[in-house]
Amino acid sequence: MQLPAQLTISPRLAKNIRRNVKERIIELILMMAALVAVATTFAIVGVLLYESLSFFKTVSVIDFFTDTQWTPLFEDAHYGIMPLVSGTLTTSAIALAVAVPIGTISAIFLSEFASHKTREIVKPILELLVGVPTVVFGYFALFFVTPLLQSIYPSLPSFNMLGAGIVMGVMIIPYIASMSEDAMRAVPMSMREGSYAMGATRFQTAIKVVTPAAISGIVAAYILAVSRAVGETMVVAIAAGQQPNLTFNPLDSAATITAYIVQVAMGDLPHGSIGYQSIFAAGLVLMAMTLSFNIFGHWVRKKYRESY
Amino acid sequence: MATVTTAIKAEARDLNFFYSNGARALKGISMPLYENKITALIGPSGCGKSTFLRCFNRMHDLYPGNKYQGEIVMHPDNTNVLDSGVDPIEVRMRISMVFQKPNPFPKSIYENVAYGLRVRGENNKRIMDDKVEEALKGAALWNEVKDRLHDLAFNLSGGQQQRLCIARALATDPEIMLFDEPTSALDPIATANIEELMVELRSKLTILVVTHNMQQAARVSDYTAYMYLGELIEYDDTDKIFTNPGRKETEDYITGKFG
Ligand SMILES: Nc1ncnc2c1ncn2[C@@H]1O[C@H](COP(=O)(O)OP(=O)(O)O)[C@@H](O)[C@H]1O
Ligand SMILES: [Mg+2]
Repeated sequence: MQLPAQLTISPRLAKNIRRNVKERIIELILMMAALVAVATTFAIVGVLLYESLSFFKTVSVIDFFTDTQWTPLFEDAHYGIMPLVSGTLTTSAIALAVAVPIGTISAIFLSEFASHKTREIVKPILELLVGVPTVVFGYFALFFVTPLLQSIYPSLPSFNMLGAGIVMGVMIIPYIASMSEDAMRAVPMSMREGSYAMGATRFQTAIKVVTPAAISGIVAAYILAVSRAVGETMVVAIAAGQQPNLTFNPLDSAATITAYIVQVAMGDLPHGSIGYQSIFAAGLVLMAMTLSFNIFGHWVRKKYRESY
Repeated sequence: MATVTTAIKAEARDLNFFYSNGARALKGISMPLYENKITALIGPSGCGKSTFLRCFNRMHDLYPGNKYQGEIVMHPDNTNVLDSGVDPIEVRMRISMVFQKPNPFPKSIYENVAYGLRVRGENNKRIMDDKVEEALKGAALWNEVKDRLHDLAFNLSGGQQQRLCIARALATDPEIMLFDEPTSALDPIATANIEELMVELRSKLTILVVTHNMQQAARVSDYTAYMYLGELIEYDDTDKIFTNPGRKETEDYITGKFG
């Protein structure tokens, strides 16, 4: 009489154990996948730091930040990062000046004014723009936008930060538009109804209620756009020039950090040489810049939250 | 009886309403709103109370495909607010609304109340300050917030947020105020506050309130309308509806035999 009872329990128990084991295995796989990403990040930071450390054994940190020339591969080598930083900041600033207003206005239009049908047509097109290889944008800047600008400023060099920055801006419009639109559409309808019920127009509702309600998402979109712009490589390498140049004038030609890195990485420098190590030092600066933009973004986001 | 001495502020005349999916949510509703009185709408969930209320300030215009049929006439000017030639924004400037869930804007307490004035183009700081204070006092919120007018409205409690929404609606001196189950998201104390407030506001304006709480209707309203399946079953003095309803359906609903 005891035997059947045991028999009914043990298959269930076995099933439980099997299920538990399966759960554990899945959990382990998921954790390993997450670990790969984390480990890769740490490895990158580690390599950057390690190679940079060797770099800074040869070059003083003070020189690195104060020297106004960056010529690590020349006979008369200078290791001042500022010319690359100025190129990076200038092109990024131009890109943002283009992308932030256009992207934000597009988002407001798409989310608050466009009919369902218009949105269904425009959004995929915007997202298609994201898929265009950046090389294409680079040549577009070099062979289309720059000649156009040259008809306004005849003295503009073929490689210049203005053309590259504008095209980079066009390139990041979809990020800002799409992410801001998502943030605005996530604003509950009850908030809009409250505004309309007060006698507000559609425009007033969009500007005075929906945009502030979505501001943290919109700022997040700007941060992503800054990171994209600062890290963007092909457009600036192709269209802004490759000569490091300490200038904030958009009409000049200059190199960015990323442009320098690809330029040097494509040549064959011996491991351990100072030129090779300079890539990592430049990369470290790039990472520090994106990181500080992110921190700044978080700070702005928090501040906005408290004051709207 | 009260009906003899008070004027009609607005009245629905043979009002039908169709949602964009073709559903007929209101069926030939005719009823008055008496001036400086509170009219309550009761009935089981889904009977069309909100749909009816939202016709008054043309909220249904926000969603394409909705259709009104019939009239809601405002007195003394005899404007049919549903007329396609009447600007819904004009209507909303005269008829304000408080929603079921408090929906303050992501702005400071002050800016929430000032919103309707700003939308109307008012920019004078002194006038604005006065109006904001008056509205907050009118909504019995002034003493609680006067020292933190520039705090974010989201930091207020639910009951305070709802009173803020009432202040917001009051600031523009509306003629009619619509309340859609204004206390259903609030605790009993906050509910009592809002009810008391509605009774006070009655002297200034005309109120239409949807409630699923029959005690609330009995406590605050002067007139009560019972709706069922998009139809107006009975409309009368609140006392009459709750003590001696004329229709069997109303009695069943009120006594809890149904609903
Ligand atoms: N946006 C809508 N589209 C179609 N039907 C709706 C919509 N909103 C409400 N309804 C329907 O209209 C009827 C009345 O709804 P509602 O006015 O919200 O009822 P109540 O406020 O009395 O609970 C219900 O049958 C509901 O399903
Ligand atoms: Mg309702």
